[in-house]
Amino acid sequence: MSANRSIRVTAGILITIALVALVGPWISPHDYVTTNFDNPLAPPSLGDMHLFGTDDLGRDLFVRTMLGIRISLLVAIVASFVSLVIGVAYGAIAGFVGGRVDAAMMRFVDTLYALPFIFFVILLMVAFERNFLLIFVAIGAINWLDMARIVRGQTLSLREREFVEAARLTGVSTLRIVFRHIAPNLIGIVIVYVTLTIPQAILVESFLSYLGLGVQEPQTSLGALVEAGVTLMERASWSLLIPATLLALILMCFNFLGDGLRDQFDARNLS
Amino acid sequence: MLRYTLLRILGAIPTLLLVIALAFLMVHAAPGGPFSSERVLPEHVEKEIERRYHLDEPLPKQFLRYVSGLLQGDLGPSYSYRDYDVDELIADTFPVSLKLGALAMALALLLGVSAGTVAALRQGAWLDKFVMGFSMTGISIPVFVVAPVLVLFLAVKLQWLPAGWTSEVGLKRLFLPVVTLALPQIAYIARLTRASMIDVLNRDFIRTARAQGLGTATVVRVHALKPAMLPVLSYMGPAIAAVLTGSVVVEEVFGIPGLGQQFVRGASNRDYTLVLGIVVSYATLIISLNLIVDILYGVIDPRVRYR
Amino acid sequence: MSLLDVQGLTIRYGSDTVVDGVDLYIDRGESVGLVGESGSGKSQSALAILGLLPRQAEVSGSILFDEQQLLGASEQELDTFRARRIGMVFQDPMQALNPYLRIGAQLRQILLSHGRADKAAVDASVLEMLAKVGLPDPERQYRAYPHELSGGMRQRVMLASALIVEPDLLIADEPTTALDVTVQAQILDLLEDIRDDTALLLITHDLGIVAGHCEHMIVLDKGHLVEQGQTTTLFAAPAHPHTRTLLDAAPRVDRGDVPTSATGSTILSVSGASVEYRDLTAVRDVSFAVREGETVAVVGESGSGKSSVVRAMLGLVPLSAGRVVYAGESLEGPVERRLKSQRRDLQLVFQDPVSALNPQMRVRSIVAEPLLVHESSMTAAARLERVTAILEKVGLSERFLERFPHQLSGGQAQRVAIARALILEPKVLVCDEAVAALDGSVRRQVLELLRAVQADTGLSIIFISHDLAVVRSISHRVLVMYLGKLVEAADSGTLFTSPRHPYTQALLDSVPVPDPVVVAKRAPLRGEVPSPVNPPPGCVFHPRCPKAEAKCNSTAPDLRDVAGSSVACHFPN
Ligand SMILES: Nc1ncnc2c1ncn2[C@@H]1O[C@H](COP(=O)(O)OP(=O)(O)O)[C@@H](O)[C@H]1O
Ligand code: SF4
Ligand SMILES: [Mg+2]
Repeated sequence: MSANRSIRVTAGILITIALVALVGPWISPHDYVTTNFDNPLAPPSLGDMHLFGTDDLGRDLFVRTMLGIRISLLVAIVASFVSLVIGVAYGAIAGFVGGRVDAAMMRFVDTLYALPFIFFVILLMVAFERNFLLIFVAIGAINWLDMARIVRGQTLSLREREFVEAARLTGVSTLRIVFRHIAPNLIGIVIVYVTLTIPQAILVESFLSYLGLGVQEPQTSLGALVEAGVTLMERASWSLLIPATLLALILMCFNFLGDGLRDQFDARNLS
Repeated sequence: MLRYTLLRILGAIPTLLLVIALAFLMVHAAPGGPFSSERVLPEHVEKEIERRYHLDEPLPKQFLRYVSGLLQGDLGPSYSYRDYDVDELIADTFPVSLKLGALAMALALLLGVSAGTVAALRQGAWLDKFVMGFSMTGISIPVFVVAPVLVLFLAVKLQWLPAGWTSEVGLKRLFLPVVTLALPQIAYIARLTRASMIDVLNRDFIRTARAQGLGTATVVRVHALKPAMLPVLSYMGPAIAAVLTGSVVVEEVFGIPGLGQQFVRGASNRDYTLVLGIVVSYATLIISLNLIVDILYGVIDPRVRYR
Repeated sequence: MSLLDVQGLTIRYGSDTVVDGVDLYIDRGESVGLVGESGSGKSQSALAILGLLPRQAEVSGSILFDEQQLLGASEQELDTFRARRIGMVFQDPMQALNPYLRIGAQLRQILLSHGRADKAAVDASVLEMLAKVGLPDPERQYRAYPHELSGGMRQRVMLASALIVEPDLLIADEPTTALDVTVQAQILDLLEDIRDDTALLLITHDLGIVAGHCEHMIVLDKGHLVEQGQTTTLFAAPAHPHTRTLLDAAPRVDRGDVPTSATGSTILSVSGASVEYRDLTAVRDVSFAVREGETVAVVGESGSGKSSVVRAMLGLVPLSAGRVVYAGESLEGPVERRLKSQRRDLQLVFQDPVSALNPQMRVRSIVAEPLLVHESSMTAAARLERVTAILEKVGLSERFLERFPHQLSGGQAQRVAIARALILEPKVLVCDEAVAALDGSVRRQVLELLRAVQADTGLSIIFISHDLAVVRSISHRVLVMYLGKLVEAADSGTLFTSPRHPYTQALLDSVPVPDPVVVAKRAPLRGEVPSPVNPPPGCVFHPRCPKAEAKCNSTAPDLRDVAGSSVACHFPN
């Protein structure tokens, strides 16, 4: 598949999923909290509008899954934004200032790379009770390292490029150099890496939810739904397979999208 | 090379200390001590307990005590398993996890590197497309999805393999957990190998080697393999961390009495000394393996030794 | 029957035909030069012979080597020709040797793959070959990695690898382009000495090399063979206009008019300048002055400190000693702290036009940017008018205004860079290897342009180049640098006719002359430029100097006047 087509297809799927997740619960006659002990573990059917069946408490799984997608996407996007802000600022400062400051800042990043982060996050989640805000911060804090490295490398090489020197020489201000000469050349690669950070963030969030450390009942996320599905899988395989498939599909689309964007970005830079 | 190795080893020590300090601080900053959630204790009992665990000392002193204990392999008493020391608990559960992780990494390297190399050499052919399709799927499906789905089909539905950790020792009970743990790593390493192999095969010195009439097999083996392995080597650090993370899930799903399961239990029991001990052990493991990777990097790439 | 007989060679990439119906014959023991500008299809043709083109290339025609068809042969069949019958040397030995393998291992593998089994004998052959290509201490180089060798030594290893199985034909693709001119002379000599009766296909853009080293020559233009024949005949009477253009554009270091010295008053002077980087001194105590309307050339091999001294002058890197005076005022500190008017008057043009232009900006914004800073009150319309005017002056029409840099050729991009530098009407223009990346004919046009602007506006130019032949036609004065020191400074008239410093003389003797009647000189210098981290004591040139005496090892010579030249040598000519 050409880079361009894979971008369009995956972006199309993601937008569709997001739209259905937004609108679906609103159209459905069910909500995500109401239990119905007369109808637990109903298989998917069109008749009573339990499109994805019901869980062991008789709650509608379609609405719950859509809610899970919303939350997973929300957490991932906000967390990616956190990592974007930290990573770009950190990387750009290190790369632009250079010299000893850069060496020290990157040494720190190298050190953080060696940490078993996820265990710290688990520790954090246990110690400070499950706090929704903390999830964002924790995931963002894990993912900014890659972004910082990439932005720093790019900034460093841009700073040395001759067009920046030419600008310095004519008297272009530092501010204008940063915004006119460096930033526009960073945007492409930053977009690519944000796209690749989102699935990582989804993964961490669902991992935490799976361990029961993420969002709290009756709220839910894809990871939490998979976890619930696992306990029910022998009696109601759909309760595992549907959220698991959607989670994998979303992750795959983001990965393909990021790859496609990167290919296109590389191609443009080579020409 | 010796200088490079020594510098690397020296460089790892502050990292390790920093990690220990961070974990230590985090545990001590956690609201609610280890016993607070249970019942309100009479003041003198609480004092007694605090003294027993040296909680009444200033933090720096506690930290020094902890580090000097560490150096003697003493991780302190467990809060929740009253009669056990943390090192005993870790020693009990670590070997299983290690075996699992090592097998998974070995499998991932073997399959990932071969699949990636073959795909690179057949770039654009159906075999390449198959490997790439597989690895994109592998990267995108989390361990905690793969594990139950495999159990559902291979163990519950088809009954080919045991669903849990049977008492029967051997490959049969290891198979599913190891494969589950290895799958995403196989996928990632295959992609990485393919990309870097293609990159290397396009370098000028490969054209030189081809012009020398060495034959494709020799060109790949003698000239391309080493440089193509560098990105894979760099990925070993994150891969080890990912396998450790994955082992938490895999041990839960398959009911394996390993360190990952111990960690989750410890965390939900608020057994801070245990959790702290496990984080420190994980960190030591990751940092030492990273150190080995770094040194290997110097062996493969003669230019980094001088930096 | 020819050794190599190529007929109707055509190479396509999709709808792009990069080589179109090229015929080529080489007899046993013969030397043939393949010349043309960049992109004319020289390398593609050579790679096709050995079946080394990328997969996407569609190749047709016929390639007979010793009466066997190579086109369409399988990899296994080709492997019996590669190295054994046809050896190949590539342009950049740093890229072409495997950086992860020791030199010895790379050479040994060739012999092992071509049927030699006895390991001890293989090692002995490798060591013998390394000695033969002139590597000092072969045993040590055997265990070295490519990055531990100098550029010249690497190319010697490359040559050893191509000749170790004693092929009948050696293909050398720009084998000396990445090297300094004195080292180029050594490698060309070695090539002559070592090849015995091996036929040679020498690919180059440098007509001087062909004139000195090839009996036959073939001229390519845009994938077409335009002319071929005896080298002497072609040089004396080129039949095709393209050959004539190439010959006209080839600069000669040994003859031709030299600009007479400029008479304007001094506008810029640098005195006692030194530049230090972390662990080395790149420039030591260099002084010179530039007059109004004068072109001063700075020449020297790579690492001699040419760029460092002008960059320090411009305030792009710090001066560790010395001062710069422009129009009677001292220029202090980094460029950011200099006066606006001073920044406006001193401009720079770089070597690589592609990296000198911001890929995200259009030509109009690139060229207009200096106006935004210095003429902030100007209206957009007036700005556009200025931009259009300056573009026209450098020979670019309005069509180029909306283009991005990647939509320009090398020559066009360099014109845009020159337009950006000239739009503020500076007094001094520094050109740092500004024509080095350009093809002969384009280089000529850019030089014409600079000359015209100078005649028009009285611009002063500091022209940095490693190529003395290019410098000859444009500069009023020449400064020669070696390992951070100024070793000779003189008017062009004097320097080119009577060089005083042994290094200047060697540089002049090393430049290949595009004239087969002029006998190619033997390499005048041994060795290569030492590392500036550990410069030799005494005269920095003494390890390579043919005239060195005991005094030179201990006492550094000062610059002094010798018959109109400034020379730093104890024993000037
Ligand atoms: N892989 C390729 N794909 C498409 N065009 C190519 C490729 N390699 C070289 N070319 C084109 O072939 C032409 C001839 O290139 P080359 O033989 O390298 O020229 P020269 O050696 O004379 O400088 C150029 O126009 C170049 O852009
Ligand atoms: S001073 Fe001596 S070594 Fe230096 S250039 Fe003159 S003669 Fe040669
Ligand atoms: Mg070429």
